[in-house]
Amino acid sequence: MTDSATVLAEGESHFPPGIHNFDFRDWFTGLSDTALAHMFTTITFAVWASVAILIVFFLWAYRKPQIVPTKKQWIAETAYGFIRNTVAIDQMGKKEGVRFAPYLATLFLFILIMNMWAIVPGIQVSPNSHIAFPLMLGVISWGIYMFVGFKKHGFIGFLKMTCVPPGAPWFIYPLLIPIEFLQNIILRPVTLALRLFANMFAGHLILLVFILGGFEMLNAGNIFVQGLSIFSFGMGIAMTFFELIVILLQAYVFTLLTGMYIQGSLADEH
Amino acid sequence: MEGSLNVVGYGLAAIGPGIGVALIFAAWITATARQPESAGITRPMLFMGFALVEVLALFGLVLAFINS
Repeated sequence: MTDSATVLAEGESHFPPGIHNFDFRDWFTGLSDTALAHMFTTITFAVWASVAILIVFFLWAYRKPQIVPTKKQWIAETAYGFIRNTVAIDQMGKKEGVRFAPYLATLFLFILIMNMWAIVPGIQVSPNSHIAFPLMLGVISWGIYMFVGFKKHGFIGFLKMTCVPPGAPWFIYPLLIPIEFLQNIILRPVTLALRLFANMFAGHLILLVFILGGFEMLNAGNIFVQGLSIFSFGMGIAMTFFELIVILLQAYVFTLLTGMYIQGSLADEH
Repeated sequence: MEGSLNVVGYGLAAIGPGIGVALIFAAWITATARQPESAGITRPMLFMGFALVEVLALFGLVLAFINS
């Protein structure tokens, strides 16, 4: 049971929702004072479960691959092929695209499953609404595109390629180089992580506003206000479907941008 | 009346991304109406542009919470 649900059972008013709704208590209260505090919560459960689903499903689907795919093999191949064809090969070409397709497909499916917890009944919070998880994914993507760039162009060459845009007049360079450096080397992983985090954070808050708001109206003690709560719950359901779109879109955008950054590192010098 | 001024600030901050998202979709609809077969080519660009602009509004939301 999530904290919001327990809180509602206690009958206290917790409207409006805020950052405190993202703190989850330990499953085993005995551990709270030990070093294992915050190790077993709904959030960590969702992360481990995402990893387990991903690994187990793909091992199971690909255990005995056949030329005419079985149903589960078809699902796995479609999921992988979608990213391989529309993101990796489209952006990087056949040779490099196939090389980076495994990372991009894993990234996409992992983020997708992590985000899906936001609308799974009983959990209804995505681990990605805590900045730690998107930030780590952003840092991994950053490490890959930096490493690929350094390997291809050399240390100085890559820095020159990303920080010195060609064709600008000389007197603008003192202004342009710091901006480009900040934007391409420092802010890229931050925006990558923050985009995913902010979307899941906002999505969870919107759901909380409508559902907690509905309970608040039910507790109001006025029959008309209580009757209006049905619209609040209806909006909660509609927003859950909207969340589904956001979940798919954000997983796709994260993968697309990672692919774009890697492609930028691989590109020839202009 | 009580509340946080951050919320008003966030409302103001959301105007820009709102216009931006509208422009992106308007441009995509125009492009698709002129050349329907280009819809598949421009759709990834649509979603990427949409996500890049939309996130500005969400940054505002996060910042509104940080100080409250």
